[in-house]
Amino acid sequence: MTSRFREQLEEALFPPLVALLVALICGDLLIMSYGQSPSMVYRLLLEGTWGNAYGFGQVIYKATTLAFTGLAVSVGIRAGLFNVGAESQLAAGGFLAGLMGLALSPAVPGAVALALCMIAAALGGGVVGAVPGYLRVRFGAHEVIVTIMLNFIVLALLNWFIANHLHVPETLHTPEIHAGAIPRLDRFIPAFHGSAANFTILAALLTAAAAWFWLFRTRRGYELRAVGLQPDAAEYGGVTVGGVWFRTLTVSGAIAGLGGINYVLGYKHYYEDGFAGGSGFLGIAVALVGRNHPVGVILAAFFFATLSQGGLAIHAFVPKQMVEVLQGVVILAVAMSVPEVRRALQQARKPARA
Amino acid sequence: MNPFTFFTQMLRIAVPYLFAASGGVVAERAGIISLALEGFMLTGAFTATLGAHYSGSPWIGVLAGVLGGLLFGLIHAVATIRYRADQVVVGIAINLLAIGVTRFFLKLAFASSSNSPRINGFTARSGAHGFDNPLLWMGLLTAPVLAFLLYRTRFGLRVRAVGEHPDAAASVGIPVTRVRYVAVALSGMLAGLGGVYLALDQHQFTDQMTAGRGFIAVAAVIFGRWDPVRAALACLLFAAAETLQIQLQGNHVIASQFVEMIPYLLTIVALAGVVGRAVPPAALGKTGQ
Amino acid sequence: MTAAADNTAKPAHPIIHMKGIDKFFGPVRANRGASLEVLSGEIHALVGENGAGKSTLMRILGGLMKPDAGTVEVNGRDVTGWSTNDAIDAGIGMVHQHFMLVPTLTVAENIVLGKEPVKSGMFDYARAVSEVMALSKETGLTVPADRKVSELSVGEAQRVEILKTLFRGAKILVLDEPTAVLSPPEVKELWTVLRRLRDAGGTIILITHRLDEVMDLSDTITVMRAGETIERLRTSATTPAEIARAMVGRDVTLMSPQGEALGMLGHSAPDASAGHAPNDFSAALEVTDLVVTGSRNTRVVDGITFAIQPGEILGIAGVEGNGQTELIEAIAGLRKSVSGNIRIAGYDITDKDVAERRAAGLAHIPEDRHRRGLILDYSIADNLLLGLQNDYSRRGVLDSERIAENAEKQIESFDIRPPSAALPARALSGGNQQKVVIAREMGHGFTVLLASQPTRGVDVGAIEFIHERLRAARAADAAVLLVSAELSEVLALADRVAVMYRGRFAVVMPAAEATEEALGEYMIGTRTDTAA
Repeated sequence: MTSRFREQLEEALFPPLVALLVALICGDLLIMSYGQSPSMVYRLLLEGTWGNAYGFGQVIYKATTLAFTGLAVSVGIRAGLFNVGAESQLAAGGFLAGLMGLALSPAVPGAVALALCMIAAALGGGVVGAVPGYLRVRFGAHEVIVTIMLNFIVLALLNWFIANHLHVPETLHTPEIHAGAIPRLDRFIPAFHGSAANFTILAALLTAAAAWFWLFRTRRGYELRAVGLQPDAAEYGGVTVGGVWFRTLTVSGAIAGLGGINYVLGYKHYYEDGFAGGSGFLGIAVALVGRNHPVGVILAAFFFATLSQGGLAIHAFVPKQMVEVLQGVVILAVAMSVPEVRRALQQARKPARA
Repeated sequence: MNPFTFFTQMLRIAVPYLFAASGGVVAERAGIISLALEGFMLTGAFTATLGAHYSGSPWIGVLAGVLGGLLFGLIHAVATIRYRADQVVVGIAINLLAIGVTRFFLKLAFASSSNSPRINGFTARSGAHGFDNPLLWMGLLTAPVLAFLLYRTRFGLRVRAVGEHPDAAASVGIPVTRVRYVAVALSGMLAGLGGVYLALDQHQFTDQMTAGRGFIAVAAVIFGRWDPVRAALACLLFAAAETLQIQLQGNHVIASQFVEMIPYLLTIVALAGVVGRAVPPAALGKTGQ
Repeated sequence: MTAAADNTAKPAHPIIHMKGIDKFFGPVRANRGASLEVLSGEIHALVGENGAGKSTLMRILGGLMKPDAGTVEVNGRDVTGWSTNDAIDAGIGMVHQHFMLVPTLTVAENIVLGKEPVKSGMFDYARAVSEVMALSKETGLTVPADRKVSELSVGEAQRVEILKTLFRGAKILVLDEPTAVLSPPEVKELWTVLRRLRDAGGTIILITHRLDEVMDLSDTITVMRAGETIERLRTSATTPAEIARAMVGRDVTLMSPQGEALGMLGHSAPDASAGHAPNDFSAALEVTDLVVTGSRNTRVVDGITFAIQPGEILGIAGVEGNGQTELIEAIAGLRKSVSGNIRIAGYDITDKDVAERRAAGLAHIPEDRHRRGLILDYSIADNLLLGLQNDYSRRGVLDSERIAENAEKQIESFDIRPPSAALPARALSGGNQQKVVIAREMGHGFTVLLASQPTRGVDVGAIEFIHERLRAARAADAAVLLVSAELSEVLALADRVAVMYRGRFAVVMPAAEATEEALGEYMIGTRTDTAA
């Protein structure tokens, strides 16, 4: 049993480690192309992120959103579905959370207001996720294309709402919300002062725990994973495959939508057009590197957040765009090594088993 | 509204779509999902700018742009064909990579995070009708040439066979892997040309200048049901809608955001099969196992 | 790496000589020391059960795979490990079981694919069409050269496949289960074509498990079993029974223990099968006029009616592909029926879903455990839950204690090895995988059991074990519907035997009255019981 666990761990950990190595080498080349010393730049990158409270606060803040979008994508993949729509689901969630925060009176008790805003966020993302779910079940339309197309549609729609109806003049954001704001961490830990880190990170961790419980400890999760692994066997086991598809994409969208509260309720206290800024797409990378396991997703979210914040720390020496290159390299390397590692490990284990 | 200006403006908007959609068609007909068109375009635009800047010649720019697209096309091909990586993931990774790489080298080459210096294009005066731009003509010719390639040549027959039923193709000795490599490389070059047109037309490279055009091309591929000519018509349709929106700007007849949605909405409608189902090549996306 | 024994005299100059062929797929050994000798100008049947390694051996011959050991000689030349193109150039043409045709291309395009005529750099389609038409005329294989393959009938598509090989100058034709998808007139036509090709000097290798075809058409027979070559026989000097024995081997011993079954034959008359006996409502499973359509809208189950009493095993024999799969799936709720009615102990389940049918007392051992029966990456414990996940959860949460208890109990009582509940099903042997399925389906109360190919691909020990369990289920008053490709298994277990042929029951008779020879005639359609 322990050897089985080790095998699973090896299969899960090798691809990200390979990717990290490849990324380090690429990073070296990029840094040297700028005439700088890799070791110095990497040291700066770490010091600027995990080395001081402000930097770490920023890492926490960025990891929070990525954790939500990463969880959203990974839940979908567990059911054999590729949700590329986390970007617009995140935006829709933030939008509805912001609307709710605007609509509520400041007199509403904080906890109630927050709960309502969070429900609104999940609802916004969930609706956007339900559409590809419905189209897949009803028409067999592939969710990858539908979610990509929906990204553009939903973002354009939100842009229209903001630009024409809800914005503060001369800006592309709403007025400040009246209720539902989430306190920043620096209120309790002064060292975080100035960083955007807020208590949404707790919501992210709880969501990860809930996702884990749902996937691995409930009947629905059992059925969801069965559909992802072998839809024919799931059908044989009395599972309605279409129902699982619809539910999963809806829940996946809701999780991504919930991520919208990090910016809207926790950081700026208003909805701003374009706040998602690629976090949805990066969620795919997070899910991939985190190997679709909630624990892995949280770790991967922190990894990508570190890269992104670290870019700012090294910007004086090497352009921060370097980390964007590295993000792409990491995704490519993981995607390329997953099938390869599985094959290699199976090869290596075969004689032992025979 | 002047029909002639409408027409020329539509063509100028359509050219990048025409190149990229052709690239999408050829890759997908060979069975490789093409979500990286945006990245190929962006890379092509950037390397074209480099080429044109350092040589002063737009033709060197074209060459450099094609090579840039080719390079990223080959990365895509190696990842999906040799390493059997998930095609959707690779497509998205290439797009992210292209943004990062172009930004990084924009900074390195031109010390700017927003745009390159001015480069020579084919049209001297900005705002001219553009018919003196050879790339415009190339763009218009791409679809018929690709249709000829796909339907009238041995290579095209093989591409279609490989994308529908790779085992059948392999059973008669067709080198499936090689055909796919060539198709994806071609896809990168064609989409790269789309980026070249953008950079030369605007006489500079600007950060993320493709602005989602690669995904409009993806939409055109699907809406055009994986046929080069129909995909080209879809490109023209999308471009016409955009032109209309630009020319009606200020009239407040319809908000620009809703015009932007048209290609994507039409694609979803086509996929859902409300009016004639769009059926992809049978082996599309299946290099994994 | 030993060459398999050749039981009969060696042919003088085989055109194909394969010997000592080994081929592994991961832990599975598809071929072990397999051999094949084919003479020029003969029709050579390669027979064996599913999974005997016939197709693998032919793929190696055709250059689609390389053997792990052994040699392949064609025309006296060692060609071991050659490529598809080498094989084609040497005149070997493969007609695969699943057509290797591109549906969106035309007939002519498919035929010339890979050897396309080119004129001034372009694909010369007109010449492709004219060449195909000429070849079609020459061989008598008529095909519409300009139509898309997706628009063809199965018979036409198969002719295209044969033409494709002939276009490449094939002299040795390998056909993998060519009749599985054909209608009787189409089969007849194919026979004519193959005889004509042989008489013109061609050599034909026919992969099949239909003994009627073997007897009808072949000159020589090679029998394979479990990856090995068992026997090489002259068709004129053998009988179907002898071939069957060689195909199933050890299983022949299972044919005898009828005593127990004989005692159960209270409801014996063959026409009891009609299912209109007055005491219908007491039947555990009752199927009335069931119709299921397949692809191309054919009636794959064509109005079947039967009933099974508690404590009875109804065995369905028949050549695979005569509607058995569809019948079982329709009863299990995995496939929609067009019309008809299904009842369990009088309760109508026709419109119920899979879960509701299970709740009504239906258990189901599916024919393909790798596709349906198991989730290979799930642990044994989790696989023992499939379909029962509702019973093992409380308010939506899986009850891990009871799941572990259940796993422990089932592993023990069904002797699943290795006995570790956390092991993924993928890591088990075929026999132990099947035990997991059987433990799950039979380890809980049930009224009706559908057992589809319950012993396929499992070892001898597991077969005995599974048979015991099925008999025990009967003793416990369950109704069992058994479908097996192995006649001997049906005869050994069933109280009544039905033969399924082209979507209908050709006959239903008490097992005690059935013999392999008699059933064989129903199986190949030369006899049909008018009463049924």
